[in-house]
Amino acid sequence: MKILVGVKRVVDYNVRIQVNPDGSGVATNGVKMSMNPFDEIAVEEALRLKEAGKAEEVIAVTIGPKASQEQLRTALAMGADRAIHVETDEEIQPLTGARILKALTDKESPKIVMLGKQAIDDDNNQTAQMLAALSNWPQATFASKVEVEGDVANVTREVDAGLETLAVDLPAVISADLRLNEPRYVKLPDIMKAKRKPIETVTLADLAVEQAAAVKVLKTSAPAQREAGIKVESVDELVAALKEKGLI
Amino acid sequence: MSKVLIIAEHDGANLNGSTARAVTCAQGIGADSVDVAVFASDGSAVAGQVAALSGVSTVLQIDNAANEQAVAAILAPQVQALASDYSHVLVPSTTFGKDLAPRVAALLGVPQISDIMRVESATVFDRPIYAGNAVTTVEAPAGIVVGTVRTASFSAADAGGSATVEKREVSAELPSHTRFVKLETSGGGDRPDLQAAAKVVSGGRGVGSEENFKVIYDFADKLGAGVGASRAAVDAGFIPNDHQVGQTGKIIAPELYIAFGISGAIQHLAGIKDAGTIVAVNKDPDAPIFEVADFGLVADLFEVIPELEKALG
Ligand SMILES: Cc1cc2nc3c(=O)[nH]c(=O)nc-3n(C[C@H](O)[C@H](O)[C@H](O)COP(=O)(O)OP(=O)(O)OC[C@H]3O[C@@H](n4cnc5c(N)ncnc54)[C@H](O)[C@@H]3O)c2cc1C
Ligand SMILES: Nc1ncnc2c1ncn2[C@@H]1O[C@H](COP(=O)(O)O)[C@@H](O)[C@H]1O
Repeated sequence: MKILVGVKRVVDYNVRIQVNPDGSGVATNGVKMSMNPFDEIAVEEALRLKEAGKAEEVIAVTIGPKASQEQLRTALAMGADRAIHVETDEEIQPLTGARILKALTDKESPKIVMLGKQAIDDDNNQTAQMLAALSNWPQATFASKVEVEGDVANVTREVDAGLETLAVDLPAVISADLRLNEPRYVKLPDIMKAKRKPIETVTLADLAVEQAAAVKVLKTSAPAQREAGIKVESVDELVAALKEKGLI
Repeated sequence: MSKVLIIAEHDGANLNGSTARAVTCAQGIGADSVDVAVFASDGSAVAGQVAALSGVSTVLQIDNAANEQAVAAILAPQVQALASDYSHVLVPSTTFGKDLAPRVAALLGVPQISDIMRVESATVFDRPIYAGNAVTTVEAPAGIVVGTVRTASFSAADAGGSATVEKREVSAELPSHTRFVKLETSGGGDRPDLQAAAKVVSGGRGVGSEENFKVIYDFADKLGAGVGASRAAVDAGFIPNDHQVGQTGKIIAPELYIAFGISGAIQHLAGIKDAGTIVAVNKDPDAPIFEVADFGLVADLFEVIPELEKALG
């Protein structure tokens, strides 16, 4: 079976975000970009399923501008077999992203689509659920453990109440949470080898996907800042301060 | 004219507090009516609790054995069937709501707005991006507005309502491809729920071990506080995942948040920005948590906690 993995290019999670003063968005010029951390986990899980003999092929997919190929190269260096670049310079929101992934799943017929639970730029946490809805497939979101047995995946999910397990018939969409695994480090020879792996480039038009109605971003602003507080010198001083505020 | 449908979150017996916060968000829209749907195998008890929230117009009780557990793939087509009567469908931004809302939106063919933190108008909302390091103001396109409500941004609707409860049948084809197997809860005992607690005591990697976390639990119990943790503490196995606070854990807004041995990574801070007062105890004077703490104490947590306990008597 095949596994399709979503890989999004996002501002690296270590970068301190600067909001453009004119409200037009977040500064991305010259900012370090990386694979969305949840997608690294998704790629790793797909590779582990392959290494365990549960899958034959891992295909990494990105939707985005030309530069997103860097993230596909990372996925290939990790061990993905091939990659598909849906090239577009337009902003792609989750519903359109899900339509694109649906078009690709129709073409590739993977048994599992493995995505991150959220992209850490827009923090939407929607694409996996939307793709599952459009395909009328099961969804197992926020996965912290995936066990594939034949045509069923038992997925443990991190939910507010604890850990939930769902049994889903394949094909299914699974979204990765942080504790699913620890992604491997990419070694230099793997990066060299990955250069020879194929990346297929397609457009929205090739896939016959139209942009869905989108949410319009009117402005972007800096969040309200908390007032800087004070350092207290002792436990007594802390207790006095909290008592004064009526908190203890 | 706005008519809002909220999907209640509950565990079969008790309404989750996040639902009452979604009701407050709905009132901000200036809705003509706010209905709340309870999907359950027998939702009578929960529907009664919803009816008592002020601001709720009608409670829709949809009883069906298939709704025994909240499985998004099974609930979504039922929500879709109800949605055509409404201008808005809102769900709390909990793991329940985050799982369900996008599936509903995609079935309806509309985008979804995640983590509504402020209502500007019936179609314009503020929401956080980049772990709360920026806020966008977004406008939903024509059609039903589907959104999740960032619960820490809204207070809970008061009790004192007396909405009518209507039993409803929903005709929708329900899939069999997704089956609930089990739910393992960490069993917090009598400790207050992290998301509802007025006080939260959290521990990070600095706590050092699962055994050491007892110090955190005991101190929390003394204060009557909920217990939180950083991702590093959860990853290290000191404490179960449902205690994680932050961008990918729980977003909380207690009156008092006390962080012990937590450095204050942006992903952690994303979960506590709305806390009333933040106290940080950390050995490292340069820990970033001190940039947001109202009261910072540079000290060893294992020395501070016994002293605090003594001071509190
Ligand atoms: C995509 C993504 C999402 C994430 N989501 C979250 C999230 O939701 N929540 C979250 O918390 N993190 C999250 N993280 C992880 C985050 O980046 C940090 O790694 C994590 O918060 C660090 O936890 P910590 O502060 O406990 O550990 P550290 O950063 O290791 O800090 C430990 C602190 O303890 C102090 N200390 C040690 N011993 C003592 C002592 N005896 N007394 C007092 N102080 C002591 C040290 O000085 C240090 O400051 C996420 C990361 C990524 C990439
Ligand atoms: N442009 C994209 N290219 C590839 N995968 C994407 C893209 N956008 C979202 N995804 C996938 O969907 C997941 C959830 O994204 P989101 O719904 O935007 O939070 C991500 O972790 C990716 O796996």
